[in-house]
Amino acid sequence: MKERLVQLDVFRYNPDTDTAGHYQHYEVVCQDEWVVLDALNKIKETIDPTLNYRWSCHMAVCGSCGMMINGEPKLSCHTFLRDYAGVIRVEPLTHFPVERDLVTAPDDFIEKLKRVKPYLIPKEPKPISEGEYLQTPAQLKKYHRFTLCINCMLCYAACPEYGLTPKFIGPAAISLAHRYNQDSRDGGRDERQEIIASKEGVWECTFVGACSEVCPAHVDPAGALQQVKIASSIDWFKEHLLPGGGK
Amino acid sequence: MSKPLIREVPPTSWYLRHPRYLRYMAREVTSLFVGAYCVLLVFALQSLAAGQASYEAFLVALRSPASIAFHLLALAAALYHAATWFNATQKAMPIQVGEEFVSGNLISGAHYVAWAALSIVILFLAGVF
Ligand code: SF4
Ligand code: FES
Repeated sequence: MKERLVQLDVFRYNPDTDTAGHYQHYEVVCQDEWVVLDALNKIKETIDPTLNYRWSCHMAVCGSCGMMINGEPKLSCHTFLRDYAGVIRVEPLTHFPVERDLVTAPDDFIEKLKRVKPYLIPKEPKPISEGEYLQTPAQLKKYHRFTLCINCMLCYAACPEYGLTPKFIGPAAISLAHRYNQDSRDGGRDERQEIIASKEGVWECTFVGACSEVCPAHVDPAGALQQVKIASSIDWFKEHLLPGGGK
Repeated sequence: MSKPLIREVPPTSWYLRHPRYLRYMAREVTSLFVGAYCVLLVFALQSLAAGQASYEAFLVALRSPASIAFHLLALAAALYHAATWFNATQKAMPIQVGEEFVSGNLISGAHYVAWAALSIVILFLAGVF
């Protein structure tokens, strides 16, 4: 099997002793078909057991291995070493506090996810005896793309608005709210609109579009946010220009 | 007590961090030209309202090299701005027919066609043809 010598500059930060981060240089022999996560695992196993990073599935499903790889937010389990020449720079996701080395604190994102009520809120409660909520394939397709999010936070690391204005609810959480708003079984849009149509919601977005460029699950959060802007503007016109607030 | 490291975002130079941010800034800067052109139109109306002599002086000023250079720049900026806008329409306004979504290029393309048609009408009204 073909092997290659891989060089990495990895961001290190020890919260107990450091006041700033620094880069540590590693050189490690890797298989040609390995990904960046494999190189980190080999470093941890054979060179430096103190290196910290998160991962779980190694198949772009769990969303926990996000890192900046040469300045680009990437899933490290989905980023092939052979696509890089020279020294690969590995840093923790930007815009998130660094807990240790490549491990960031996702608390702000989790808080925002909770705020948008990412679950079905039925229009009227229906007893189980009345059977399931039915949905046509077309109704499913309407929102299906926005269900694909793996909560990897790459879009938050790519979004300069989130970096500059951390109260921005941000791409993934708003896309997930949009996913439920588009669901024919859901009746919770009004509740979610209060959060996502606010200033810190979708109107903080200036459509840089970076979120959709980096999303590994092809959710197209930028598209979702523009759709929410249009729907929210229509709400505003109905409320202010139609007699009776368009109700 | 150990504490997480906060890495500040440079507030005035963040867009230098990645080419895609520079592309975004280029798009935003083109809107300044669109705005400047609107101001120019207001001046045109003002000089028209002030009578024939003033309007003719305005037309002479429009033929100056500086004005022609500005018009070329503003045209380039407006074209770029419009193209980014039309390309965005397919994301912002998806159309689902039955089960499938209409192709994004069709949605953006329809905007280009409408744009060309309206431009021809305006040029026609302006007596270009
Ligand atoms: S929208 Fe995409 S980039 Fe953002 S968290 Fe979900 S999967 Fe990751
Ligand atoms: S390890 Fe699960 S997404 Fe990379």
